[in-house]
Amino acid sequence: MSKVVAATGNEAVANALRQVDPDVCAAYPITPQTELMQRFASFVSDGQVKTETILVESEHSAMSACVGAAAAGGRVVTATSSQGLALMWEILFIASGLRLPIVMPVVNRALSAPINIHGDHSDAMGARDSGWIQLWSENAQEAYDNTIQAFRIAEHMDTRLPVMICLDGFIISHSIERIEYLDDDEVKNFVGEYRQLHPLLNIEHPVSYGPLILTDYYMEYRKAHDEVMTKVPGIVLDVAKDFEKISGRKYSLFDAYRLEDAEVALVILNSAAGTSKDVVDEFRNRGVKAGLLKPRLYRPFPYKEIGEALKHLKAVCVLDRADAFGGSYGPVFIDIAASLYSYKEKPILINKIYGLGGRDYFPEHAALVLNELIEIVKTGEVKTFKEYIGVRQ
Amino acid sequence: MSDTVEIRWHGRGGQGTVTAAKVLADACLSGGRYVQAFPEYGPERAGAPLRAYNRVSSKELRTHCPVLRPQAVCVVDATLIDSIDVGEGATEDAIFVVNTSKDPKEIRAKLNAKSGQKVFTVDATKIAIDSIGKALPNASMLGALCKVTHLVSLEHLLEDIKKSFGKKFSQKIIDGNLEATRRGYEEVREG
Repeated sequence: MSKVVAATGNEAVANALRQVDPDVCAAYPITPQTELMQRFASFVSDGQVKTETILVESEHSAMSACVGAAAAGGRVVTATSSQGLALMWEILFIASGLRLPIVMPVVNRALSAPINIHGDHSDAMGARDSGWIQLWSENAQEAYDNTIQAFRIAEHMDTRLPVMICLDGFIISHSIERIEYLDDDEVKNFVGEYRQLHPLLNIEHPVSYGPLILTDYYMEYRKAHDEVMTKVPGIVLDVAKDFEKISGRKYSLFDAYRLEDAEVALVILNSAAGTSKDVVDEFRNRGVKAGLLKPRLYRPFPYKEIGEALKHLKAVCVLDRADAFGGSYGPVFIDIAASLYSYKEKPILINKIYGLGGRDYFPEHAALVLNELIEIVKTGEVKTFKEYIGVRQ
Repeated sequence: MSDTVEIRWHGRGGQGTVTAAKVLADACLSGGRYVQAFPEYGPERAGAPLRAYNRVSSKELRTHCPVLRPQAVCVVDATLIDSIDVGEGATEDAIFVVNTSKDPKEIRAKLNAKSGQKVFTVDATKIAIDSIGKALPNASMLGALCKVTHLVSLEHLLEDIKKSFGKKFSQKIIDGNLEATRRGYEEVREG
């Protein structure tokens, strides 16, 4: 029996963590993640979970403590945002390199300077190549569902990799929405018992974590990481299938919205994808064959599947809520372009940067972009390949 | 009202406006509806103007951005009318609910409301002082808003306030808020 409530994204994710009842949590507060961990800390104080929380003085220490606890044999969680994730950066690679299945909600927020507490994707995009799995979430329901599924994906025997669950700061983390919670028992059964294969604390079988590997085997170790990443999409789909059985909610590698017969489409992550879907519907009602693709599994990026889903289109705009400075395109654009690179026939691609530092993304923005795509299809001409939208000139 | 109802709240920090939007979202969950409640986040200070928003719909709410074309506008502090265009973007048939002791006709003129728009007033601050002992107009505003929008019944709203406030406040405060909600519902007038 599920329970329908009105809750914030942070509240929903904290509730998922309560239902999973992990062994260890080491976290440091940062807006907009603070409410999430404050709520989880209340569950700990109220005895609703048995989780051991570790007081740390920074995110660098939080992730370090998570690495230690996960190597020791625990099921481990943390959460962060923005500067916090940036400060963890060094240890992110250690967590993934040691193949520790740590689960970390990332409440997306802009990076300093200038200091800004609002939502954009610069933080998680900076960590996209850290060897972690990344699941992105459109709304509070998806953030809750992805958090629960993340444990199964992270702890799968074929992978053992850490997972970030991304949700938009404030827009989702602090907004109240209708959300359906699963029963505590259903979640507990779904995630199951976690057993670390080579726990550091098993003194009967001593193991060493993080030894020095120089030119002799480092490259083989990295190749193994690349290979294990290729197994992730299959695992994500299997876990989604099981999750559908208990929730009735379908998940895939990405959301292909009205894409099958589409001629123009938007590619966009997280909350702005929801706003855009309503606009896609309006264009469909006017007879325009519009569609949308929303990546869910962003790392590893399912290049092949996404290429297949987009290759038949005439024109596609990739909207990025982060920029990759240096005159190149936004990070999602680069991945989409790579996924279409090998096809002879492929859509014209353009890139828009939107919503930085929490700048509102309105339906009008999606409409503007779709109209531009229609014009591109008509004339075959592209005025600008990359452009900032919703910005003062 | 249409499938999706969009509401904009105008208040000042410390008046409980954001709480009102949250309670409304919770109360509107009934009947399988989808809801949203979110404030505009800035530097929060007591007395500073703020906006909060609600969406209520029978369909899944996918749009995530501030409400630009509200069908209902709730003005928790009438002094804001002098400094902010509270009617900005409101639909041709929008409903305004204003917390004021003034005559609804006078407020209607001040808002420069269009012929299809309806203006209601309620002396929510006075009701709050009478029933809660503090100038916290949010509960009476909620009562008034529910009366004029028919989003939820008074009984349902009262039940929900009992549930939402029950965890945090004393019985005296809960009773005061229930009384304020009931009076807001009963005393709202059209201009």
